[in-house]
Amino acid sequence: MTPDHLLSLLVRDEPRVLTRITALFGRRGYNIKSLSVGATEHPGVSRMTIVVSGDRGVVEQAMRQLEKLHDVVKIIDHGLEKYVDRELVLVKVAITPESRVEVRQIAEDFRSRIVDVGRHALTFEVTGDEGKITAFIEQMRPFGILETMRTGRIALTRGSNADIPTHVYAGETQALQPALQVEPREERAREVPNVF
Amino acid sequence: MGTAHSTSPTPDRGHMNGAKALWATLANHGISTVFGYPGGAIMPVYDALTFYPEVRHVLTRHEQGAAHAAEGWAKATGELGVCMATSGPGATNLVTGLADAMLDSVPLLAITGNVASHLMGTDAFQEADITGITLPITKHNYVVRDVAELPRIVAEAIRIARSGRPGPVLVDIPKDIQLAAFDGEIPSPHARPEHPAPSSESLERALDLLKTAKKPVIMAGGGSLDAAAEVTALARAWDIPVITTLMGLGVFPSSDPLWLGMPGMHGSVAANRAISEADVLLGIGLRFDDRVTGRVNGFAPNAAIIHVELDAAEIGKIIRTHIPVRGDARVVARHLAEAADPQGHPDWHAQVAEWKARTETPTHWGAGAAVKAVVDRLRPDDILSSDVGQHQMLAAQLARFERPRRWINSGGLGTMGFGLPAAIGAGMAEPGVRSVVIAGDGGFQMTAQELATLKMYDIRNVKICIINNSYLGMVRQWQELFHEKRYSEVWLGDSNPDFVKLADAYDVPGYRARNTEELPGAIDAWLNDPKSALLEIVVPHEHGVFPMVPTGAALFEMIETEPPRPALQTASEHAKETSEA
Repeated sequence: MTPDHLLSLLVRDEPRVLTRITALFGRRGYNIKSLSVGATEHPGVSRMTIVVSGDRGVVEQAMRQLEKLHDVVKIIDHGLEKYVDRELVLVKVAITPESRVEVRQIAEDFRSRIVDVGRHALTFEVTGDEGKITAFIEQMRPFGILETMRTGRIALTRGSNADIPTHVYAGETQALQPALQVEPREERAREVPNVF
Repeated sequence: MGTAHSTSPTPDRGHMNGAKALWATLANHGISTVFGYPGGAIMPVYDALTFYPEVRHVLTRHEQGAAHAAEGWAKATGELGVCMATSGPGATNLVTGLADAMLDSVPLLAITGNVASHLMGTDAFQEADITGITLPITKHNYVVRDVAELPRIVAEAIRIARSGRPGPVLVDIPKDIQLAAFDGEIPSPHARPEHPAPSSESLERALDLLKTAKKPVIMAGGGSLDAAAEVTALARAWDIPVITTLMGLGVFPSSDPLWLGMPGMHGSVAANRAISEADVLLGIGLRFDDRVTGRVNGFAPNAAIIHVELDAAEIGKIIRTHIPVRGDARVVARHLAEAADPQGHPDWHAQVAEWKARTETPTHWGAGAAVKAVVDRLRPDDILSSDVGQHQMLAAQLARFERPRRWINSGGLGTMGFGLPAAIGAGMAEPGVRSVVIAGDGGFQMTAQELATLKMYDIRNVKICIINNSYLGMVRQWQELFHEKRYSEVWLGDSNPDFVKLADAYDVPGYRARNTEELPGAIDAWLNDPKSALLEIVVPHEHGVFPMVPTGAALFEMIETEPPRPALQTASEHAKETSEA
């Protein structure tokens, strides 16, 4: 399984920015697993959290390509810092008179809120990290999940400094080398037939 | 070469509107020439042009011609090229040129008109979402939504196109914005931003590696065109052989014994062998295109690679790099040259010289001999452009460049039809210099209408050479090698025009040579003609370009010479074979 990487992008709030970014991912074959966008405390700047799957090299390349976009103000690689992340999910669970109490009890255990009550279904709101949401859904699955909607993950770096270290290339030796010094070239040399 | 519009310039520019603000901004940025083609949605801009005689507009015969001419201008001078078109079909006709400029990192500004703001998104007449269409093939693009923003956006577009790794930027201006009253300031050029300095740690590591190298080689690409002096000094100081890529031809003087030619699919024996044997490869301003590397895991298999590149995204993208050096080629090369500690590698130089001696000169009559005869007559200042195909690779192999920006071709995108308009753009940028273009019979016909541009502006320094083998020769070569000679849809011979008559129709003098005997006289007459002129060289149908590295093969698996072939076929036999197929 390819690992997930959590990136945050601060981008100019201008038309087509989302297209520009998703088109970059699409054209180059990078897989977006989740994407959420919202306004920030700065007018004109939006923040995106993107979950990319791929090996470290793919993510490095994606970040370098993103960095070239005029609309991208800053890229934060959450793999480099401690972070908090959350996701909001709405889950509509089928209920019967027999299961109603048990479903509500599970929801309470997860500190989930009921946001809609139907004759045959309850809709819950759950926030949490990926593990909590997956666990909630797994607990509810036996009762019958009718619909779910997830917002995608959002993340902030921990600590009190908002201007967190970013992935810039002031010292490319730190930024580039971990990804680049992987394959020992001596191994490849052995494949070469002596044709000279 | 005067301005073509007939209205005499009015000194009083009257009330400023968006269109006038556009020209004022371009003029403020020192833009002297714009290549374009008018249409409904850009008419206010063309109207305002009559008030700005300081900017020359060149009317091409197709918007693609305008884009390539602007590229030719930019590639010859290193300065910004500007092209212009109307909405919809005009704008989409620029697309090929923008993609070409993107892949070859050409600083290009494209201005397009669009339907009025209130019509955008309604599928209005001649409406196309050009910013959406060009999103992946521009460095950035804009729709101007407020006339107050127009000059600022144009100035920013120019800055983006020229800064860092250059590229094309498109500014789309709805018609109502062109007409809207403007009363703001016209901006002056941004100062070019300083490039980030390379880290001293990476420079030190590069120097340490160069000192230990036994078989070093330098590979210089299009990103080092403006660092030619520094790269040359670096190579000589360290006494290291130099390979110049297709885009980097001219970065290092080809008369220097250290020069090994071009690498890659149609690279020289010496260059490809040197890469395959090298223990240290110093790449400067290049992106390791697949036409350069061949099979990636067979590329420079014994070498530690130092990659000097401004665009961080190129470092490690294709080839794993041992020492990444992010920075300006000029700065890095100067630093490495100043710290030179030449080790002397007599065995390596002897080996390289032996490979270099294997370079064959085309002797028998064919495209190679024809191209060689033409390029041998060029002067060091002449600009040589090419179209795309066999003649392009032959020209790249056989021409000798002593300085950069004398070789103009479509490297990354491989755009047929590039040659003639690019040569016109380059020729207009440097009217005192001969602008020679080598084209094939196929590519020439994709933009042949630009002969009219030569006539209209009485351009006198563009010399067109068509190598006519009656085939789409490069495709035919691949069909021969990889598709068992099933020549599918590549025969042009029956339908080609009489190129000399075609030129004559545009008042362009035409010359023709059919064999070795006719060629020298024809070249003389063609080059000495006081006007722009066309020379058609009729060559045998079947000739390939060699050396060649087949796709999927490593550089050391190159085919050095053309395989023997049966006697040449005649044109009528070809036609018969094609019709039967």
